[in-house]
Amino acid sequence: MSDEMWVNMGPQHPFNHGLWNLRVRLNGETITAAEPIIGYLHRGWEKMVENRTYSQIVPLADRLCYGSSLSWNHLYCLSAERLYGVEAPTRAKYIRVVALELQRITSHLCWLMAVGTDLGSYTIMTWTIRERELFLDLLCQLSGARMTYNYCRIGGVRSDIPENFERDVNRTLDEFEKRLRDIEALCDENEPFLMRTVGIGKIDAKTAMNLGLTGPIMRASGVEMDLRRLDPYEVYQDMKFDICYATDGDVYARYRVRIDEMRESAKIVRQALAEMPKGPVRVKVPRCPPKGTVACHVEDPRGESLMYIVSDGTERPYRLKVRSPNFVNLSASPAMLLGFKISDVPAIMGVMDMCIGETDR
Amino acid sequence: MSTLYHELTNFTEWLLGLVASLLDWTKLGFLSDFGDWLQTEPVVTLVATLLVAVIFLITAMMFGLCFIWEERKFLGRFMDRRGTQVGMLGFFQNFADGIKVVLKEHIVPKDSDHALFEMAIFAYLASTFMLFGCIPFSDNFAVFPNVNLAVLLGIAIFSFGPFAILVGGWASNNKFTLIGGMRAAAQLIALEIPLLLCVVSVVVLTGDLSFVGIVSWQEHNIWLIVPLFIGAVTFFVASVGESERIPFDLPEAEAELVEGWATEYGDVRWGLQMASDYFRAYILCGLFTMLFLGGWAGPDFIWAEAWYLAKTFIVFFFFIWVRAATVRIRTDQILKLGWRRLLPLAVLNLFVAIALKLAGVF
Repeated sequence: MSDEMWVNMGPQHPFNHGLWNLRVRLNGETITAAEPIIGYLHRGWEKMVENRTYSQIVPLADRLCYGSSLSWNHLYCLSAERLYGVEAPTRAKYIRVVALELQRITSHLCWLMAVGTDLGSYTIMTWTIRERELFLDLLCQLSGARMTYNYCRIGGVRSDIPENFERDVNRTLDEFEKRLRDIEALCDENEPFLMRTVGIGKIDAKTAMNLGLTGPIMRASGVEMDLRRLDPYEVYQDMKFDICYATDGDVYARYRVRIDEMRESAKIVRQALAEMPKGPVRVKVPRCPPKGTVACHVEDPRGESLMYIVSDGTERPYRLKVRSPNFVNLSASPAMLLGFKISDVPAIMGVMDMCIGETDR
Repeated sequence: MSTLYHELTNFTEWLLGLVASLLDWTKLGFLSDFGDWLQTEPVVTLVATLLVAVIFLITAMMFGLCFIWEERKFLGRFMDRRGTQVGMLGFFQNFADGIKVVLKEHIVPKDSDHALFEMAIFAYLASTFMLFGCIPFSDNFAVFPNVNLAVLLGIAIFSFGPFAILVGGWASNNKFTLIGGMRAAAQLIALEIPLLLCVVSVVVLTGDLSFVGIVSWQEHNIWLIVPLFIGAVTFFVASVGESERIPFDLPEAEAELVEGWATEYGDVRWGLQMASDYFRAYILCGLFTMLFLGGWAGPDFIWAEAWYLAKTFIVFFFFIWVRAATVRIRTDQILKLGWRRLLPLAVLNLFVAIALKLAGVF
């Protein structure tokens, strides 16, 4: 019998958020090889949408990720708009920014919740879902749904913001910023939490770039890469916010980046609501787009998400390719896991913010 | 002899007398002889002891279950929720859970070592139930209140747990249970030594190995948490680890090992294993109360047993607080903590105890 053994952590394992398998080879408790296996949740999304009209794909784009459906919904609408050659009205763009940043906050809170359970602290979990509830209420006011919002449309958003929305959002953000300090105190001043996160899953900037990491994980390695700043879409060029980044490249740095990002998101939401112009929220678009291709990428809460649409001039896309940030980040996980203990797997994979819906598609 | 013992001995004598007279009435010679034998001293003592043990076990188990309830409610409050709501103040949740696990099917993995698989869990549970007998509620209500080596016996039974866990984890024929079993054994042994050294310091100061002696010493002098504060803290940390609770719940770290060494166990065996974690926590809280908080000593307006239980519940509140505030730490970190921090602290504490004894303070 060899000293090393393969352990299947998944596809049914408490640490999996979603249906996937992480095979790790253990020497004692040290990981000597790791191999993520996905495909358990493959729904053929990309093939499926080839048989749908452009407007029918909008609600389907929601289903790519249950954690941040609005950002996928928006990405699809944005790329379709570029394909059609139309532009959403300015007010719609502002509303989209507000909705997107609220979505980013809920997504990050959902992520922190999962990290809490992975590390074994159910207090972090309940506190963060409590806060997430506030933002779900806001998004519910905006779109009528809590999970799959179906809010963006090709050429704008479905409806204008509801009455008193600005007041509610500001109140919520005030309360949230107060409570976020509590959550930070619970994590940052918690010696066991630091023991589990500092120095774990280290990746330096060069490796991160070579592996194609994006999003908070990339920024935690010291690369200031944020598409909201590098390739602004909607009205991000007018928004004042800092790119959150850290230089350590470990689990703790990734945690810090996301926490800071929530603060920045709150800032963006406030600014966008304050500067929101009056006007229509939606423009008419023709039924069929012109022949051509378009690639459009945005900063998803998890990283760079991209949609590439090939149109043959009919009412259905010829091909729609999705680049999922998580798919790439997950492929890089062996580089993060090697040499660490099996107990570090939940910490390292937990801060990845796994979402199998978009990874498998 | 405690009053409970006394009364139950009387009751047993009456009961066995009744049985003997019934047997005598049959007019069969050997049955009458058997009836006479039933009334002899050893048999009466044995039956009375068994009765005391059963009553004590049920009482202690009920309070052990109350710990689960306490944890549910307090953990709920720490987490900004209400905790369980089944029945009066959520008190019936345990019974609902108990009924559920009893009704489950008993599944044995095909490739497991059947005999060991079945035996290990019972060995583990038996050691837990035996522990109940070691911790008296008061000098009146106990299985063997004034045994000289009660403390030593309790610790000895406690250290039996890791073997059962290791065997159970191995016999399940599952990688997760194997890792969990290994971890449990390593962790329990690493933390047992500081735990024992803290007990030794108490024994050095009180000069007694029975709970009655330790408690009455504290009643006459001072609660040992004051002179042996370092020891109390060390003992507390070590006992959180010994009861396998967050932040030291590595043996069953559900995020990485599913359910640790008990992954393959189902039905009532799993339920009792889960409850057993709380029973062990209860026993460690009881030990802490006995050794450092003066046991059942307290003002006379309520029963001594109530004092003991109140203190135990308060100690467990701190267990819950630790659980609510922290995350799970890694195996190597636990071992490092056990060997590099707790062990020196325990030794330091032992020196304090010896110094106090030599200086004649107590």
